Amino acid sequence: MQTNIKVEVKNLTKSFGDLLVLDDISFNVTSGEFLCIVGPTGCGKTTFLNSLTKLYSITKGSILVNNEPVNLKKHNIAYIFQENSTFPWLTVEQNVSFGLDIKKVPKDKKKENIKEVLDIVGLYAFRKYYPVQLSASMVQRVSIARAFATKPELLLMDEPYGQLDIELRYKLEDELIRLWKKTNTTVLFITHNIEEAVYLGDRILVLSNKPTKVKESIDNHIPRPRSIVSPEFVKLRNRVTELIKWW
Amino acid sequence: MSKNENKGPKKKSKKYILISIASVFLFLFIWWLYTDVFKAVPANALPSPIKVISTFFIKFVETKPEGATMLQHIFSSLQTTLTGYAIGVAVGVPLGICMGWFDKFDMFVRPIFDLLRPIPGIAWIPVMIVFFGIGLMSKAMVIFMTALIACVVNSYSGTKQTLNVHLWVGRTFGASNLEMLFRIAIPSAMPLILTGLRVALAASWSALVAAELLASNRGLGFMIQQCRVIGRPDVIIAGMITIGGVGALLTYLLKLLEKLLLKGRKNI
Ligand SMILES: Nc1ncnc2c1ncn2[C@@H]1O[C@H](COP(=O)(O)OP(=O)(O)O)[C@@H](O)[C@H]1O
Ligand SMILES: [Mg+2]
Repeated sequence: MQTNIKVEVKNLTKSFGDLLVLDDISFNVTSGEFLCIVGPTGCGKTTFLNSLTKLYSITKGSILVNNEPVNLKKHNIAYIFQENSTFPWLTVEQNVSFGLDIKKVPKDKKKENIKEVLDIVGLYAFRKYYPVQLSASMVQRVSIARAFATKPELLLMDEPYGQLDIELRYKLEDELIRLWKKTNTTVLFITHNIEEAVYLGDRILVLSNKPTKVKESIDNHIPRPRSIVSPEFVKLRNRVTELIKWW
Repeated sequence: MSKNENKGPKKKSKKYILISIASVFLFLFIWWLYTDVFKAVPANALPSPIKVISTFFIKFVETKPEGATMLQHIFSSLQTTLTGYAIGVAVGVPLGICMGWFDKFDMFVRPIFDLLRPIPGIAWIPVMIVFFGIGLMSKAMVIFMTALIACVVNSYSGTKQTLNVHLWVGRTFGASNLEMLFRIAIPSAMPLILTGLRVALAASWSALVAAELLASNRGLGFMIQQCRVIGRPDVIIAGMITIGGVGALLTYLLKLLEKLLLKGRKNI
């Protein structure tokens, strides 16, 4: 068994009652890889992440992290949910601190991490605010900061930038790349946005309609920083779009 | 948040206060016309508002006719209520939270609770008198039963209503079951728990007066009951107004506490 495999998905099948969603899916994610997953709405992208984190039980097959079954207390995993998951009773700062509190990170380190990620998402000035006082895009950035703050070995992101305006999205995409390079994190990034997938990923996993299989895995070796107007970028984007047209 | 947004509600509340005051005065005026001016009812059935108001103030120094001043009655009633209420909260809130969080515990306690729940607090009066006699304890236990139900019901549904996604955040960060209870479920249930505290206090106060009507030798309910026997409607009405006023004050105090504890959750 190679040791550089971070996530190993083996014959993963997930159904809800009679509804077969994930149909015998297998793939690996290399340690430190940035994997983008694209697929039609309702194909089971969220279901996959929920299965990985054991929020849903797996019908058949297995998911391994570091060659062992997922252990949320041991593996440092952070999951940015598709819907708003901030705690309304905590301030921005306290929200971001949550994962660090659970993981019993020492006080100084905690403070340092919180400051760092709040600067990245541009919310340091709003650290004493409560989520209700912020706009939807700011609230989403709180969830992002909360996940980044724990410096996870595996970062799961479920269409995190869907609600953000384009300028902010570009900024956070670049920040994510910067953070990823700095920390060796393995990232599973789910998105609807093909351009985003081509811009971010080392590899793009294209999923089919339900019952869902991996339709294709496309390596993306375009050097970073990538330009969304360069010929190779446009070519790859069109290729993915072609695959997806079939939906 | 902005100044403009604040203007609307404030103006409205000022208007509301004015209308409320006008309505109270209109009510007193009609009452006064009915009794003092037209003498439409005998004074020993419905005394005039002036008589009631003067009795109300006199009762603060006068122990006649039933043997204690208004403040002594209020104090006695509050003491009983708060004793029963405090025990009800201390037992009810944790019980409701545990029932909401631990499924097996819920299954175990639920049948008993569902049986007790529809029994109104004052239905316990005869039982409690048999157990504890006529004194603080029997009434406090009636209040306890009343407060308990409201606290359990609200804490339970508050805990149950915790959003899955909030629990999932805890789970994926590796939180233990107890950490999720204390860091997620309870804070998330807090608004409903506090509503429970308020509902329970209002219910306790009403139940207390009923309890004192039946079994007591001090307290606002006792005062009313005694004055019914000796035919003093002015004291009865003064007592009723006091009950209403103290009840409203208690609710108001808990509302303040609620606002303080839930600071930031709503855009107040
Ligand atoms: N908890 C659940 N219970 C039943 N069906 C579910 C549940 N979660 C998701 N599904 C179904 O599984 C399919 C995939 O959903 P989801 O993973 O949310 O899709 P995606 O994130 O790709 O849009 C959908 O048809 C959805 O209705
Ligand atoms: Mg989804």
